[in-house]
Amino acid sequence: MSDPHDLPLLQMRGIVKEFPGVRALDGVDLTVRAGEVHCLLGQNGAGKSTLIKVLAGAHGVDAGTITWRGEEVSFANPQAALDVGVATIYQELDLVDGLSVADNIFLGHERARAGITRAAESGRAARALLERLGHPEIRPGREVGSLPAAGKQIVSMARALSRDAQVIVMDEPSAVLDPDEVDGLFRVVDDLRSAGTAIIYISHRLEEIRRIGDRLTVLKDGRTVAGDLPAKDTPTAELIRLMTGRDVASVYPERPAVTGTDPLLRVEGLGRSGEFDDVSFEVRPGEVVGIAGLVGAGRSEILETVFGARRAEHGSVSVDGRTVRPGSVPAAVRAGIGLCPEERKSQGLVLDDLVYRNVSLASLGRFARLGISSDGAELAAAHDATRSVDVRPDAPTRVVRTLSGGNQQKVVLARWLLRGCRVLLLDEPTRGVDVGARAEIYELVRTLADEGVAVVVVSSDLDEVIGLSHRVLVVADGRVVHESPAERIDSSGVLEHVLAVHEHGSPTTTTDERGDVA
Amino acid sequence: MTVTPQTHGPLPDDPSLSVPSPGRRSLGGGSGLGRNLGLVVALALLCVVGLATAGDRFASVDNLLTILRLASVIGVVSIGMTFVITGGGIDLSVGAIVALASVWATTTGTQAMADSIGWVAMVFAAVVVGAICGAINGLLVAYGRIVPFVATLAMLAGARGLAEIISDRKTQIVSNQGFIDFFGSEPLGIPFIVLVFVVVAAGGWFLLNRTTFGRRTFAVGGNPEAARLAGIKVQRHTVYLYTLLGVTCGVAAIMLMSRTTTGTSTHGMLYELDAIAAVVIGGTLLSGGRGTITGTLFGVLIFTTLTNVFTLNNLSISAQSVAKGVIIVIAVLLQQRIANRTTS
Repeated sequence: MSDPHDLPLLQMRGIVKEFPGVRALDGVDLTVRAGEVHCLLGQNGAGKSTLIKVLAGAHGVDAGTITWRGEEVSFANPQAALDVGVATIYQELDLVDGLSVADNIFLGHERARAGITRAAESGRAARALLERLGHPEIRPGREVGSLPAAGKQIVSMARALSRDAQVIVMDEPSAVLDPDEVDGLFRVVDDLRSAGTAIIYISHRLEEIRRIGDRLTVLKDGRTVAGDLPAKDTPTAELIRLMTGRDVASVYPERPAVTGTDPLLRVEGLGRSGEFDDVSFEVRPGEVVGIAGLVGAGRSEILETVFGARRAEHGSVSVDGRTVRPGSVPAAVRAGIGLCPEERKSQGLVLDDLVYRNVSLASLGRFARLGISSDGAELAAAHDATRSVDVRPDAPTRVVRTLSGGNQQKVVLARWLLRGCRVLLLDEPTRGVDVGARAEIYELVRTLADEGVAVVVVSSDLDEVIGLSHRVLVVADGRVVHESPAERIDSSGVLEHVLAVHEHGSPTTTTDERGDVA
Repeated sequence: MTVTPQTHGPLPDDPSLSVPSPGRRSLGGGSGLGRNLGLVVALALLCVVGLATAGDRFASVDNLLTILRLASVIGVVSIGMTFVITGGGIDLSVGAIVALASVWATTTGTQAMADSIGWVAMVFAAVVVGAICGAINGLLVAYGRIVPFVATLAMLAGARGLAEIISDRKTQIVSNQGFIDFFGSEPLGIPFIVLVFVVVAAGGWFLLNRTTFGRRTFAVGGNPEAARLAGIKVQRHTVYLYTLLGVTCGVAAIMLMSRTTTGTSTHGMLYELDAIAAVVIGGTLLSGGRGTITGTLFGVLIFTTLTNVFTLNNLSISAQSVAKGVIIVIAVLLQQRIANRTTS
């Protein structure tokens, strides 16, 4: 062989992993070189998660070879993967909240002598690692549970570095971060790359892959369909075609003008101290209103308060002219409001229960007489709902956990469809949803609006808010600072308004021709 | 009533549905033989051991009734416990509630009332005391936001203590003849308390698997936040669950009073452990969201049969405890094996 430095750091060939009844990986090739950010793209169910677990040594492989600097290695267990030099940062950060930063970093390979941990030494070593990552402000003695998501991520990376990892696998690290924090993360990734560490970066956000990636590999149905593509120049249409196997003409569906005049949902002066204040807006039947802003601006809190999951301290919510009793989810549901919550798995679904039972959860009374439920009618009605949103596979007696993110989201949508809700609140409707299913969810939102449902969308993806909505409210520091028709604003416009507030302190609402909605 | 519960079988109204019928639930229903196969085998093995070691003494009708009578009291508590655990909680105070209910129902005051208006007064006292204790547990857990383990631990201490104060640590004899006659009766040769157990078990199964209440229980235990955001009153439901368990404790106290013709503060010792063990080896998830009444019934029968076989062979209580411990571990290990196979 030639000079070992020309050899790729990590090379996987023909990786096959089978589970009973499914071939999760069916010939994956992946080549990662030192000092590159290698992006992994694919729809949910394409095999990314399985591949990550193989890399982490959590799953053994059934066929295929893994070579490290040209030598064949085996990732039989997590320790073996770490010993070779591959560390994985999972999407659900696997940190112990009750332990300190330093304890977390050295968990499993504690700085100890004769079983007695050496606090001072591990504190020093932790500080060095955190400095190397550009975050000396994180104190090693701090309890991890008290850190924000971005801080936890840095701790996870420090842990990877403490293992002398030369390949760090990052599974959707930006999903829990807001734009500032993403910038910070990318600086760290950049530094690591310059130092020769390879990063395997998994993300649904194409714009991030463009910014940070060097090369990319696309997975589809457990196979590598393209490897070694340049991350910066490969056209988006090409990537979507590779991932989905079909062309996606336009991601966001047409928005027909809203003709109705009377608002269906009216929010007036809504406020909760410390969260948001004086929020007012109206949504007409068939209209989609987007709420844009940074994470922590109060967007989700506003939605949850409209839904009664948080009690409004000021202001009121009314549907069709009737005031909804504040602080009561059942009252909101009766009034016809439905919420697809931000955290689908922890807030939206009973993951280990069946699809149809999740769908009927908000409509149980309808299928019961004197409290005795009629399974047949319930299943049939829930099945109708899941079919109309095209949940795949079309099997209402499956356990929800086994569905992909996009299909889980459709199950939550189907719940409110079955309930016949007239006001739909969507909080991050496409988080963790792949590109193909994303377009389907946009279609669904469109269809629902066309049927006269009033929709409110909150998303960190500014293009999504703008692309879906008729009207956009910009929220910063718990206040609506700007309102504008969607076609008169773009993502940089939103950020300008947000930043203006952060620079000038007290926010005042600006309006771009309010009421002049196309 | 006009309601007809849906039976297992193909759906009548939509022939195009190509999915398994809802009667065959993989969660909760527990009606499939496969799910309970391990439990059936365990019970069968115990019976074989009983037959081999005690022969006719084990296989007699009298002994069968003894086993059932023994199973009835703890069985009723275990049915209630299945609800609380499925709903994501736990209750350590059941034994203490049984004791308090039995004492309250057998005070001279209550019995005097029973003598004048009928034995129903004793039944009423026991059930209401149970329900109130359960409701307090539920309120502490749901609205006081105290961890169930701690809230019910407090009730365990408090209720048993109160029972000791009321009874002055003396055994109170059930003197009301009406009560003794009614609950001691044996219609068709079956002890009345066994019939109570059968009715409670059937009612529990129906409530958990065929009603809105049951469905909410699964949702509340499986993911309380999702249940709340679907418009379910999670806190109120939690109170209902603990109250239901309190009521079953009251019923168990009545059965115990009938079997022993006493009410004392030492009734129901360690019932919490027996009930939780029966529920867990039956296949109900301790973390909530999954529960089976059928499994609980098997769990209760396995433990009582074990006790019976050991007693017939003159083996000590201590040996029984060891065997119980071993069975719990084996059962849970087996279940994890089965659960992993079905999910992956």
